[in-house]
Amino acid sequence: MPVIFEKSVTGRRGVSLPASDVPVRHTIPERYRRADDAPLPELSELDVVRHFTALSRKNYGVDTNFYPLGSCTMKYNPKITEKIAALPGFSTLHPLLPQLSRGGMLTQGALAVVYELEQALCEIMGMDAFTAHPLAGAHGELTGMMIIAAYHRDKGHRRTEILIPDEAHGTNPSSAAIAGFTIRPVPTDPATGVLIPEALEGILGEKTAAIMLTNPNTLGLFNPHIEQIAALAHRFDAQLYYDGANCNAILGKFRPGDANFDVVHVNLHKTFGTPHGGGGPGAGPVGVRKHLTPYLPISRIAKRSDNTYALDYDYPKSIGYIAPFYGNFGICLRAWAYILMQGARGLIDVSENAVLNANYVMHALKGVYEVPYPKTCMHECVLSAKKQAAYGVHAIDIAKALIDEGFHPPTVYFPLIVKEALMIEPTETESKGTLDAFIAAMKRIALLAQEDPEKFHAMPWTTPVGRLDETRAAKEMDVCSRG
Amino acid sequence: MATPTDRRYSKTHEWIKLEGTTALVGITAHAQEALGDITFVELPKIGIKVKKDGACGVIESVKAASDLNAPVAGQVVEVNRALESAPETLNADPWEEGWILKLANTTAAEMASLMDAAAYDAFVESEQ
Amino acid sequence: MSFIPTTENERTAMLEVCGAVSVEQLFEDIPKHLRPRSFSLPEGKSELEIHEHFEKLAGRNYSHLTSFLGGGFYDHFIPAAVDALASRSEFYTAYTPYQPETSQGTLQAIYEYQSQICRLTGLDVSNASLYDGGTALFEACQMAIHATGRRKVVLDGGVNPIYRKMIYSYTANLAIEFIETPVSHGQSDRGRVLEALDDHTAAVILQNPNFFGAIDDHSDIVQKAHSLGILAIQSVHPIALALLKTPHEQGFDIATGEGQSLGMPLSFGGPYLGFMAAAQFLIRKMPGRIVARATDASGREGFVLSLQAREQHIRREKATSNICTNEALCALRAHLYLSLLGKEGLKATARLCCDKAHYARERLKAVRGVAVMESAPIFNEFTIKLPIDAGECAGRMIELGFAAGFPLGRYYPGMENYLLVAVTEKRTKYEIGRFAEALEEVICP
Repeated sequence: MPVIFEKSVTGRRGVSLPASDVPVRHTIPERYRRADDAPLPELSELDVVRHFTALSRKNYGVDTNFYPLGSCTMKYNPKITEKIAALPGFSTLHPLLPQLSRGGMLTQGALAVVYELEQALCEIMGMDAFTAHPLAGAHGELTGMMIIAAYHRDKGHRRTEILIPDEAHGTNPSSAAIAGFTIRPVPTDPATGVLIPEALEGILGEKTAAIMLTNPNTLGLFNPHIEQIAALAHRFDAQLYYDGANCNAILGKFRPGDANFDVVHVNLHKTFGTPHGGGGPGAGPVGVRKHLTPYLPISRIAKRSDNTYALDYDYPKSIGYIAPFYGNFGICLRAWAYILMQGARGLIDVSENAVLNANYVMHALKGVYEVPYPKTCMHECVLSAKKQAAYGVHAIDIAKALIDEGFHPPTVYFPLIVKEALMIEPTETESKGTLDAFIAAMKRIALLAQEDPEKFHAMPWTTPVGRLDETRAAKEMDVCSRG
Repeated sequence: MATPTDRRYSKTHEWIKLEGTTALVGITAHAQEALGDITFVELPKIGIKVKKDGACGVIESVKAASDLNAPVAGQVVEVNRALESAPETLNADPWEEGWILKLANTTAAEMASLMDAAAYDAFVESEQ
Repeated sequence: MSFIPTTENERTAMLEVCGAVSVEQLFEDIPKHLRPRSFSLPEGKSELEIHEHFEKLAGRNYSHLTSFLGGGFYDHFIPAAVDALASRSEFYTAYTPYQPETSQGTLQAIYEYQSQICRLTGLDVSNASLYDGGTALFEACQMAIHATGRRKVVLDGGVNPIYRKMIYSYTANLAIEFIETPVSHGQSDRGRVLEALDDHTAAVILQNPNFFGAIDDHSDIVQKAHSLGILAIQSVHPIALALLKTPHEQGFDIATGEGQSLGMPLSFGGPYLGFMAAAQFLIRKMPGRIVARATDASGREGFVLSLQAREQHIRREKATSNICTNEALCALRAHLYLSLLGKEGLKATARLCCDKAHYARERLKAVRGVAVMESAPIFNEFTIKLPIDAGECAGRMIELGFAAGFPLGRYYPGMENYLLVAVTEKRTKYEIGRFAEALEEVICP
């Protein structure tokens, strides 16, 4: 399909604007002007509508079919949240308004949304304060690392290291590095698949600023040693960071604050149902225990004694601004609507069904695919395609075969510590019927791997393009269609 | 092709071969296979001094990016510019055409501390 | 309201397959004493109740002010087709396009968006988006530091103060030296900028138009920077680029900016869009996702995420950035906006902003007591000096139905009487006239 620029026709007009109604026609002095017009496309509105409609039909979303990407939590995005985010009372609000005198009183509804979301997240995660500012999960991790750095600086500690398990998501070490720390990887215990306290020996010490944990971890396993790990860390005043990417497993069952985690982040676009957008926008609010509240980014939202909300900048030890304003408000709004729709019981149901669905898939496929950690998993299960690899059919081939079966594949090759990993997270919004269809497809694929492995090379063949030559693409680097 | 016996090997899968007063450095066949199709090589600047096991370049494939580590300390005196336009040479011929850089001022002691071909083969076996 | 389809009977059947008697059994790994000490939230509401609840909350926001408020974030016209197409669920319920065969829609849209940004800025390569204009500027700063190996940055005071604060926050733990050059009368002190550049400097960062609305040609500064091996970064306003000299024409190596004006509603601060474009030699240092053209075995053309080896999921602590989820749907909206308006539409929008801003400046200049800063040419925004505190003035203008502008004293000490006024294509001659009258009323009652 040609790119939009190839459809451009000189002189074709798109959306038009009103004629100018002011008696001024200003010409910018030539030395400040661009020499030629920006070569943007020239298309009619219908041209554009058809182009993007055609593009959308080459895409697959949660609304299309099952999308079991591990650790992404591809749950259904309720349409009512879109309607709410589009209410003009929210969508037209300029963020600088509450920074004007008397402007705060004009944005009470918006300030209430952010405040109440932060309070609810405190209750859900067992923390003392939350900030809605971080604009994505990784951004939350970075904010958390910055808060920890500020804490240690304030206490006069010289802490340079962050301990991270080797099964951690790549955003953990990269966020820690951007905050100025060095990373010490900690090996996961191969027998149990979790981080054991013994593994910290010789690594945890006076240089440690923090330990970053995901619980359940990327293998979908709940770590039974977290209290011990917390105690060990706190002996050195190292802070314990909780990566909340896998929160869909533990709503109403576990709160990191109760287990003495010091800093957490949650992903609103995962656990709290806001749409993934093809790669964002998301939001990654960060929660802290009391001793870290002085370092939270500003502005914060305070509730005054007359129940009105105001921006509060009185945090002299704050790490400062990490976002231009109050976070990705439109995403926070959707998440708050989602939480209000669920209530406490609803959130508990979310986790119970998410965990049930993942275990169901694991047990249904355990005879056919290898299960590296054959114990109860949480909201996601990790299988291995090692058996199939023996026939020359690898995890990537199984993924492509699933595409031809009409499903989006699970995550492949992550976590790194499992060979031929297939990380499956069904989520709670999938029905037994969908899961059974997926299971049947996976079984068919396993059988085909044994009987006719050659067939996989041509897959997928039901899509607009087949497997693309990524090597050549990386060498040629055509990343822009120039005018 | 069997692991060449005319050179020594590091634990991070580089090889180093003395040629008079300088030493050629490259990556092993095992390394290029693990990386997959190599798409880019970031070569070090000529003249820089490197420490033993210090990063002195990056080798990028579609699915990975690996630091190139200096097997011994020394000074970079020459680099294989041909790799900039043809990085796939590292896959096709990692032992000869795929040499990456030349080091000067290396020490015999550090060279001796590296693995020989047999030890390297055993090391690769143990890693699997 | 629940979105869970599973019935009791189905649950029972599934538990059997799992070899468990209850769902509670599946949570055995969580010790009893670690169960939540409290988990109290308001009871779940139905869709109807939720709608009513949020309509009430939306009603507590006064969104009917005639707005002259800018500061980098503007009230622009958004064509209806942007919402219509961006709300197609194949776009917004999709994930990051890691499996390219099922995501050619997203991938092609991103490739086209990258191309739009390159065509607008004149530079060679763009990424798939960053969070906002401030984090984009920080990422550009990081690129320059890694590319040059130097740790000093010259940051002009005319750069958005919110972005400057963000950059200082991010670099607090990083041992980077910043030299901030002063502004006077709304213009950068060119001499001080040039003076500050030396061969220990990694980057010089400027903004065009600057925060006060003044436009400039920074070619001379860029030239000196390059002679010293310094990378030049410009933070720009995308609508202005329809008319203004591009970052490429001025020689800049990296351009970043806030893309909110390209089809994103103001939405109380987000989601927004950080865009970044750079010269070809910096492509491997770029943060974020990049989409490239590719072909399959049958020669069919498609698109694929490329240069992923730079990113966090592969390179981990050595990655160019930690960014994973970015602002893909906002980038789609920007691409839609630029396609719907097209070459002539964007130019027309820019001309209207410019003409109306100049008209407004004339009208306000005529108000007794108001002085306008006229030393530099402007595009869509300008600064006026009032005989009273600008914050007080803005507060009283709100009562008269106007978001009059942004009081600069908030971020620039000594400028308490100065107000930053923005005008977009949406403001009419009548509104501008009423604004001038209201201001007169407030200043001279």
